[in-house]
Amino acid sequence: MNSPRATVSKVLAYSIVDGPGNRFVIFLQGCNFNCTACHNPHTIGECNHCGECVPACHADALSLVDGRIVFDPLTCDLCDDCLEACPIDANPMVREYRVSDILELIREHLPFLSGVTVSGGEPTRQIGFIIALFEAIKSDAELAGLDCLIDSNGHLGAAGWESLLPVTDGVMIDIKSFDDDVHRNLTGKGHQKSLQSARFLHEAGKLYELRFLLVPGVTDSDEELDGLINFVRTLGGDVRVKLNAFQHHGVRPKALEWEKMPKAGVERAAARLREAGISHVVTPAVYL
Amino acid sequence: MQDTLRKLRSITNDATLSPAQKARYLSLEAENMLGYPALDAETQKALDERVICDMFEGHAPYKPRYVLPDYSVLMRNGSEYLELPLPVTLDEAINTLMIAYHHVPSVTGMPVYIGQLDELLLPFCDGVCDETLYEKIRLFWRYLDRTLPDAFMHANIGPTDNRVARAILRVDAELKQIAPNLTLLYDPEISGDEILVIAGKNIAECCKPHIANHVVHADAFDARGYGIVSCYNVLPVAGGASTLTRVNLKEVANRSGSEREFFEDTLPYFLELNFRLTEARIDYLFDGSGFFDSFLVKEGWIEKERFTAMFGVFAMAEAVNVLQDKERRDGRYGFDEEANALGHRISETLAKAVRKRRLDKVWRGHALLHSQAGLSDDVDATPGVRIPYGTEPDPVTHVQALAPHHQYYDAGISEILTVDESVTNNPEALVQLCKGAFASGFREFTVNVASNDLVRVTGYMVRLSDIRKFNDRQGSRTNTTVLGAEAADMTGILDRKPRVVGNELSPGYGQ
Repeated sequence: MNSPRATVSKVLAYSIVDGPGNRFVIFLQGCNFNCTACHNPHTIGECNHCGECVPACHADALSLVDGRIVFDPLTCDLCDDCLEACPIDANPMVREYRVSDILELIREHLPFLSGVTVSGGEPTRQIGFIIALFEAIKSDAELAGLDCLIDSNGHLGAAGWESLLPVTDGVMIDIKSFDDDVHRNLTGKGHQKSLQSARFLHEAGKLYELRFLLVPGVTDSDEELDGLINFVRTLGGDVRVKLNAFQHHGVRPKALEWEKMPKAGVERAAARLREAGISHVVTPAVYL
Repeated sequence: MQDTLRKLRSITNDATLSPAQKARYLSLEAENMLGYPALDAETQKALDERVICDMFEGHAPYKPRYVLPDYSVLMRNGSEYLELPLPVTLDEAINTLMIAYHHVPSVTGMPVYIGQLDELLLPFCDGVCDETLYEKIRLFWRYLDRTLPDAFMHANIGPTDNRVARAILRVDAELKQIAPNLTLLYDPEISGDEILVIAGKNIAECCKPHIANHVVHADAFDARGYGIVSCYNVLPVAGGASTLTRVNLKEVANRSGSEREFFEDTLPYFLELNFRLTEARIDYLFDGSGFFDSFLVKEGWIEKERFTAMFGVFAMAEAVNVLQDKERRDGRYGFDEEANALGHRISETLAKAVRKRRLDKVWRGHALLHSQAGLSDDVDATPGVRIPYGTEPDPVTHVQALAPHHQYYDAGISEILTVDESVTNNPEALVQLCKGAFASGFREFTVNVASNDLVRVTGYMVRLSDIRKFNDRQGSRTNTTVLGAEAADMTGILDRKPRVVGNELSPGYGQ
């Protein structure tokens, strides 16, 4: 069988923040946005084998062989210095996984798992892999009980979602701003496709959660919140809205110029949403 | 004598202790002025060097360490000695239990087992509506925490999903008290998912209940049943444990030249000495103390034949790492497959040895192996077979590293999994972790959620705010806070990632 491969930044067998229950998470490398506020920017770029990370690796886990970066996961001590050294926000520690490799890892941890989430980066950029992986899970008697979720920025056309829907149980869509100009400033792209994706998925009954990142002075204005409220209203029905608070952990220097989002501000925003009739608002359990 | 008197005086004059706490410490000091049960020289030396340990239970064991009355006998027959007629209403049933608890001794002087509460109270709940039941349980719970303020005191519920169990879970999450400690017995065939989900929400709320793998425990005990008491001790109902002694595996490893010497020579030697220590203490209890002439035996709450001996071990992590060093191997316990496998082999060896050694006056004729959670003065010795504080891997890896130990520890074994407070938005994750842990062979599932004020110190709960208050010398109403504060200062337990502790009992004043 032709088993598609994916470029993977990281896999986790334990995550309690990427969907309901304990989830197996596959972080796919590469993103079509370039968000200032990204909290794992090393998943954005794709390695161009420039070799600048090699001297930064004190464990000698990285080398340049025939013009390509070679990574030895057994030697690596996970210090992440190479991520700092990378000039293009890529990750030299990415690994290629076949669907069968991932299935094997899932099986190893199966009793602990409620489901599988693909995240990133922007996972839908490797859509062929996602379809193959989810199909394989759904058609495997042992694994079929796992629900399959996608954590996406929504920058994917309807045709793409059409092909994902049959094998996907739900999608979490992150809307960075309800003002198209602000969205462009924050991500490098407009927000229309993301809004369309959310709408499309909601109509198909597959919008698990709508996410919105609150950045003080950037996306926490009344206008933004009203944009969110109006959008949820146009969707109609019950929508789970997750408010995230901007934090400094992991972000690039430019984002450090922004303040962290305080709990009080998130609670204020949540109250505004609830007053407007959005009953299903989730706020962070932890503020870093 | 001068020193002893000084110590007694410092107890009576300690402004941070309540009169009842002073009385308890004074009685412990008095008991320890008596001579110890006779020991041979080798056993005495090992005890003095603390390679083996009696948990500082006292020099004259006049009561078993843990007593698990079969309270159903009381509910069926009333008590002649206590002049209690048969309870008929729910109020009478609860009142009967409230009285009974004050007559059940244990090593701490407070009852460690308050019964399989749902089973005991359900027969009295016909015609009682849910709100009334909730209100009565709420008052019962308040009474327990205020009059028997010791988190070793343990209530059991399950494995059936029933109204009393649900009322207890509701009250427990609402009041967030230290006492009583609470275990839900879980059997996937009997319990169903709903009560497990409620338990998951409770854990996210207040780190209780902990969940026991009923399938495994029921198989290890008999039809009369078992109870979970104190911190994760699993013992026969209508009996208990006469004593708990323990072996410091790290000290045994330190006294071994090699891995081979450890298995062939040193370990068997110290295990034998610990058996002798156990025998000496049990002989005193059975033949010297007159305990078993008590009304508890005469009225059938307990049976002399149903008392086991708990054979504890601790500092497995350090023992394995010491042996790895001696064999010039780098792998560390909890992280390295070879090191983990060495730990599993030690557990297997211990289980075989404990089952083989014949003990008189002990249930089934042999001791039960127990992964012992520590004392507040243990330094550089990790509780039981746990992974050292602050270095634990994620909960899934944690469970997978330790699961193979669990089959060997009939009298209880506990890992405390630490989960960050994100889980309060996602209690389903706790349910899934629990199922995964049980599918992997775990006997107990216990979680500490970071940031909760209530935190487990080895198995009992303390309030972090109480510890801070106690350290500011304001005193504490609850006995376990004293232990928690001591353990926190001595062992760095609150450094745990996020924080948890290992200690079972503070042995005496200032220790």
